[in-house]
Amino acid sequence: MTTIESSPEAVATGDLDVDAGDAVGAVTGIFTSTDHKVTGRLYLAGGLLGLIATVTINVLIAIERLDGTDVVLDVEVLPQIIDAQYVGLVFATLLPLVMAACVYAVPLQLGARSIAFPRLASSGFWMWFGGLVLTTIALIGNGGSLGGDADAVDLFIAGMGLMAVGITATAGAVATSILTTRAPGMTMRRIPPFSWSALVFSLGVILVMPVLVGTLAYLFLDHRNARTGFGGNEGIFVWVGWIVTQPVTFLFAIPAVGMLAELTPVVFGRRTPVRGILFSGLALIGVAALAGVTQQNIQNLPWAGSQLNVDDLETKVRDLVPFLLFNALPVLGMLLVLLVVLQTARPGDGSRFKFSPAALFAFFGFGMILVGMLGNMLHAADDLGLQGTVFEEATLVYVVYGAVLAAMGATIHWAPKLWGAKIDTGKVLPLALLGLTGTILAAFPMYIAGFLDQPAGVSYVDDDLAIWNIIALVGHAFMSLTVLGFVGLLLLSTRHDEAVGDDPWDAQTLEWATTSPAPRDNFVDVPVVHSAEPLLDLKTASTSNDGSNA
Amino acid sequence: MHALPAAPAPAPQRQVLVGASLAVVAMVMLTGSMLAVWALQRREAIDSTGSWVPDGTTVPEVPTNVILIAFVGICVFGQWAVWSAKRNDRPHTVLALGCTALVALLVINAQAFVYHRMGLGVGDGTYAAMFYAITGMFMLLMIIGLLFTVVAAFRYIGGRSGDQEIIVSHAIYWYGMSAIFAAIWFLVYVTK
Repeated sequence: MTTIESSPEAVATGDLDVDAGDAVGAVTGIFTSTDHKVTGRLYLAGGLLGLIATVTINVLIAIERLDGTDVVLDVEVLPQIIDAQYVGLVFATLLPLVMAACVYAVPLQLGARSIAFPRLASSGFWMWFGGLVLTTIALIGNGGSLGGDADAVDLFIAGMGLMAVGITATAGAVATSILTTRAPGMTMRRIPPFSWSALVFSLGVILVMPVLVGTLAYLFLDHRNARTGFGGNEGIFVWVGWIVTQPVTFLFAIPAVGMLAELTPVVFGRRTPVRGILFSGLALIGVAALAGVTQQNIQNLPWAGSQLNVDDLETKVRDLVPFLLFNALPVLGMLLVLLVVLQTARPGDGSRFKFSPAALFAFFGFGMILVGMLGNMLHAADDLGLQGTVFEEATLVYVVYGAVLAAMGATIHWAPKLWGAKIDTGKVLPLALLGLTGTILAAFPMYIAGFLDQPAGVSYVDDDLAIWNIIALVGHAFMSLTVLGFVGLLLLSTRHDEAVGDDPWDAQTLEWATTSPAPRDNFVDVPVVHSAEPLLDLKTASTSNDGSNA
Repeated sequence: MHALPAAPAPAPQRQVLVGASLAVVAMVMLTGSMLAVWALQRREAIDSTGSWVPDGTTVPEVPTNVILIAFVGICVFGQWAVWSAKRNDRPHTVLALGCTALVALLVINAQAFVYHRMGLGVGDGTYAAMFYAITGMFMLLMIIGLLFTVVAAFRYIGGRSGDQEIIVSHAIYWYGMSAIFAAIWFLVYVTK
């Protein structure tokens, strides 16, 4: 036995030694805790709150779009609602939910007793949360990119900067953990696929977010003073819009892709083959960071259909290379991951099938992200006339809702380690199907509406577009139900007293070698690792020994 | 419950060193992006109005050159601290860290002097806002570096002389800062 005994109460109180009944002490413990599991849970709670708010905003926008001409909401608040949608999808939903999984799961997967720089990780959360509060206050106070109150616009810029700094701080802690706190014997080739995806994501964040912060610093000072160089508040999304659009969002969704690679071997009880290709695929998606580094969101292919010939080849190659680099390489990465997943899932060779609701969520999430990526490739082609339409929003919804589904899968998978309970599989399954249906209905009609030239924003003149907007409203409503249902199941599961077992999924990685829930320091003895699937090694050895003894 | 064999206590894996290196990468990206936007705005301003630096504003070259030379000193002192710490030479390590802090203070003072000499208000147009944004960010990084030096020195004086990793990380931070200022110096103060 290499683990220490623990109880949910002991884990929940964080650093401080407080009585269970001492509410103030418990809250203080959460606020000041440096336990990565507490920080991860805070990110999860913040992300779920952000998700509920963002989905509500999406529903409001969809209601506004039911009739392209009549205005349901106050026309004065529409600019703030649109800003809130984009900022909410990326900064209040995608980033915190993905970061949550990285923070609570990665140190456990590595066999580490703690995350590196735990105070940095924790303060990163509070900076992100503070930034989110400031941004929300700014949007309520007529701020944002089209806001009318100058101070609120400044506050909006400052809030976004604070969120970016916070996320970067936590990403630094995650990346350093993976690079330095691995268990003995765990080489980089042996780290679990999810941890690898977390590394690519974290390094990408460290590359991209400082670029955003620098630009926001310019915008803040310019807007507060001269307002001559950056177009005032209307210039905000001209300069930093790339952070809330594709392909940078692919970078933020990498851990969601890593979840599928992580869970497939668990479902099929088999070691991941060709891990090098899997890792290359995940890293290739990270090429999307280039779009952030260069502050570009669209790599246009400005060729009309009649120009698809070899004339002016040099210009065409110049257009094609960045397009392929920024947009096609991430798709290639996704296909490589899918290839390895299919190879892992192939029948025969002692494979088994053990249903995992988390894997279903991750699979659906992967599919949605892939559709979003493919849509983004079409979006770049000028000839299709999709730029400036709702098509771009649909690709973002696909990517973010897909990542949300995968993050839900991650929460279901690691819930035993987080609060010592399993989320009811029977109740979770309909949620996965509802979430998938919601995502498709929310985004795919907007693909069609984009081809039918429905402009970005909320108004349109063609009555034929109404049907697609009605379907999108149903999709967002389904997603709202999914989120609320999921949060409800999470809350119910935390009240479960039933013992869940240390390895309820019959998994392969180190986090399942410790108790459920994981104790404060994760492991008493740091285990030695001899392969990429240390727990599977042990189970195989136990089976062999049992056989030989018999 | 399956039992994995316990490993010996894990060897130190240079956590502070890796963290400092990642911080330097982030700092380089931050400053690099700001300089890229600076170059873009400069080109557009020159194309449209023929000038970038506001009329009547003189960019002082002597203090900025002094800052650049000071960074050579900071790098030497930082490496001196590493060299001494690896030989357990406590007096020299502390002296080197003290010299690093002193020169860092000199840089901050020189930058403040540049502000004073230029007499530029932050609201005096795009150039002024961008100038204060990029140099203000540099000052913030300088203050963080100074705090890093102070923390490293106190840890060393406090008896953690075996922990040389923080001294090495401290040197890496200042190497990064030197590269950052060299870029700022060339683009903001020389090319103007």
